[in-house]
This record gives sequence, C-alpha cells and structure tokens, in this order.
Amino acid sequence: MPVTTLNGHEIHVNEEGFLTDPTEWDEELAVALATQIGITMTDGHWSAIRFLRKDFDEVGETPTLRRVATVGGIPIKELFVMFPQKPAKKMAYVAGLPKPVGCV
Amino acid sequence: MKKLLVLGAGTAGTMIVNRLRKRLDVGEWDITVVDQDDVHHYQPGYLFLPFGTYSPEQVTRSRHSTLSDGVDFVIGEVDRVDAAANTLSLTDGRTFAYDYLVIASGTTPRPDQTPGMLDAEWRKSIFDFYTFEGSQALGEALKKFDHGRLVVHITDMPIKCPVAPLEFTFLADAWLRERGVRDGVEITYVTPLPGAFTKPICSNTLGYLLEERKIALETDYMVEHIDVEKKALISYDEREIPFDLLVTVPLNMGADFVARSGLGNDLNFVPVDKNTLQSKANPNIFAVGDASDIPASKAGSVAHFAVEVFTDNFLELIAGKPMTGSFDGHANCFIESGDGKALLIDFNYDTEPLTGKYPLPVVGPMTLLKETRANHLGKMGFRWIYWNILLPGHSMPVPTHMSMVGKKPANAANTNATPAK
Repeated sequence: MPVTTLNGHEIHVNEEGFLTDPTEWDEELAVALATQIGITMTDGHWSAIRFLRKDFDEVGETPTLRRVATVGGIPIKELFVMFPQKPAKKMAYVAGLPKPVGCV
Repeated sequence: MKKLLVLGAGTAGTMIVNRLRKRLDVGEWDITVVDQDDVHHYQPGYLFLPFGTYSPEQVTRSRHSTLSDGVDFVIGEVDRVDAAANTLSLTDGRTFAYDYLVIASGTTPRPDQTPGMLDAEWRKSIFDFYTFEGSQALGEALKKFDHGRLVVHITDMPIKCPVAPLEFTFLADAWLRERGVRDGVEITYVTPLPGAFTKPICSNTLGYLLEERKIALETDYMVEHIDVEKKALISYDEREIPFDLLVTVPLNMGADFVARSGLGNDLNFVPVDKNTLQSKANPNIFAVGDASDIPASKAGSVAHFAVEVFTDNFLELIAGKPMTGSFDGHANCFIESGDGKALLIDFNYDTEPLTGKYPLPVVGPMTLLKETRANHLGKMGFRWIYWNILLPGHSMPVPTHMSMVGKKPANAANTNATPAK
C-alpha cells in the first residue's frame, strides 16, 4: 500500500486514496482530507464524520447512509447537500474509513 | 434434558439442526426448530424462475423432508424471545424454554419501507425476484415485455445474495437478445454503491461485462420514493429514473420478532461476534446465516461455511471449553453472465475475490473471475448438492476456510493515489 504525506501526517492509503489504517486518523487529518475533495468542514459535517467513526468502532463496518440517518439522526437529504453526489464514499474518505463495498 | 432451540428452518437452521443431531446425544439434548410454514425454498432458484429455466416445483420441498429424525419441528410464528428468562413465545401462545438459542430467521425483502413501492404499480410494472411469488409474477411480465425501459434497482445494502441483481441483469439481457427484442430495450442498473463492481480487482476484471452488454449504470443512488404516476424512481438528491419495467431489490431487514425482542440493530439484524457468531448481548444466543450483522455477504455459501464453524464451536462450548473455531467470512458464489456461462468468486472478510482455480488450486475444474461454461454447469449442479448434501448436513469436499493456494492477485487496480471524486 502506498504511503503518502498529507499536512505533515504520514498515512497509508489504497489506490483510491482511502486510509487503510483507521488508527492513523485524527480530526486534524479529517480537515485536510476534506479539503482534498473540496469540502469545508462545518458542525454538520463533523456530526456525520464523528458518527461514522463511533459506529465503525462499534460495528467494524462503515455505516450506510440509511444507518447514518436512522441511528445517527442526520437526514439523508442533508448528507447529499454536505457531501454532494457521492456522500457515502466522501464521508468514508474524510472519516478515514473503508468506502462502502459490495462483494464484487 | 438440555434444550437447543433454533429459529428458522432455512439454509442455516436446517444445516445446524441436522449436523448437531448427529453429534448430540439424543438422551441429553432436545433439538427443536421453529418456522412459520412447511415449505423450504431453494432461494438461488428464484433467479431462474422468471426465465423458465426452473419450474416452481424444482425449487421447493417440505421442510419436514429436509429435517433429520430426532429434530422436533414446530410450525408457528415467533412473537418474542425473552433473553433474560431464556424463553420463547409464539403468537399462538405456546412457549418454549431453551438453554441455547440460535436465531436463523434470515433476511426479508421489505417493499413497505420505500414509499410508493407497494402502491398501484406493485406486481404490474414493479417487481421483486427475491420471493417465490415475485419471481413468478416477474416471469409473466417479462413474457409481455418487448420494448421500453428496464430498470434493475437495489434499494440499499445489505441485500441477500449481493450479486443476484447483476446476474438478473445479465440473464435478462441474454434472454431479450434471444427473443430478438434487445434493441428496443434500454437497460439501466441502479445501485446505492459507488459502482456495479466496487472491489478493484473485480472492477478491472469484470467492468467490461456491463459495457459490452450496453447496460447503463447509475451509482450512489439512494431512492427516496417511487412516483407511481410518472413511473419513476426518485432519489434523495432528486435524480429521476423513469421505467416501464422496474425490477427492484427492496430494503432487506431481519425478522420483526428480533426487534420486538430487543435483540436487533436498526435493520433487525442480530449484533454478533463476527468470528464466533455469538450474540454480543447474550452468550447463550447465536445468530447464524443472514440473520446476523456480520460484515459478510448474506448468502447461502456464507451460511454453509459459518455453520461448519458454529457447530464445532458449539460442541466445545457445551463441553465447557473455549470456542476455538473462527469464521473468516468465507464466501463463494457463481455469477451467471448469460449465454450459458458464469463466473465464480471466492473471498472472505479480508481478501478480495482473486483469479485462480476452484475448488482445487490450479486444477479447478472451475475458473475464478472468468466467464466459463464449466462455472455455469457448476451453478446448475448446485441445486442437487443443496438438497442432497448441504441440507442433510453432509460435508462438502471444499474447505471451510478460504485457501490462498494458486490464487493470483494479478492485474490489481492501477495505483494512482487519487482522492475520492
């Protein structure tokens, strides 16, 4: 896996730039990752990202948008506004978690 | 007398009771399995019913006939589990005590969870194929369908047999070509995921399958409702996808009694340890097969490999020993690609599908991640194996844990470290 440096953080990433080791993540890095995809973090972004981190810790899997809405309490429409077009993928990227995948 | 109670006589539940009945002393252990009816469906067959490849009779059997002697079969609907009291009650008032409980009640498509899905167009221009009735109704609709927009749609993950919607798409494409009407049909594949293939090796190896068949792809699509007047899917970000024939995979949820019993997550799946399948809340409760929340595919092959680990672990547990088996999320599945060919994939929690041969490394006879006729024949032959080897609890000559021998992590994705777009 390639190692890259972002804002002074040395991180392991996969071919799409997603962190491969969630423990290398911190909130400062999240800001830098968000900037990479043109997102400025607001309180709304933070509550989504913090829910993703907490849920991943508990369940071992990146939550779906539906789960962010039903368990995390952030409506799906808002996720599409905050993380345009591809909220599931973009939230995972900023949260330093694996993107949602199918089995193929 | 000790009591093992299993909820659900589907793929996982049937294998569990049949395997354990052989290994638990009849004088010491009662084994009871509960299901709401006496019909066991060979669910992989639903994919083929719409195309007339299988007849309805070929995919059903009586549950009684699949259960070993010495297993008590109770027909009834579960009301709730009282995990503190170790009891189960049915809606007809019967109650059962247990020492150990296995929840194997699977996952169910829930069209009621998407506004508009069950309205006037349900089973007229909107169909599912994950139910016996739905798949037969779809078959009738397909016979009359010779032009227009065919949309194949997944509501949200997780779904049972995650590759089935792709297979359905490939089979429909081939079937429409055979009938000479493919040119008048637009096919669109709509997924909540970032792609039809989300793992780099699959995406590199199999990406051509959609392009070659002129199947349009709509990704990151979260349906909010179906506009019945317009006959269109409407997403949360207001993308509208019109259809003449919609084949949808409704939201999948675990059984409602799981929620009533306070044993489930937001989708009624039971949170368990992903390696032992033991409930995180109750050490004498397990969830095996689609009913659990493990991050593996909801599929019969996963249930099969998981049951093998579970049954060995269970014998250790009741002997007062630590459970030594660890399920690795192993799955393999055939992917029908139409025209009498299929692909085969083999993967687990940590390893992506790779190229190579299966079940014997190098020798095969089946080829991983490649369309071949042998793979298709394997899929067709599997129905016999299911009824005659798997359900009775005999061992299959394939390893429970995934083997890396002879597998080639070749042609991995290009490694441009670009951020998510």
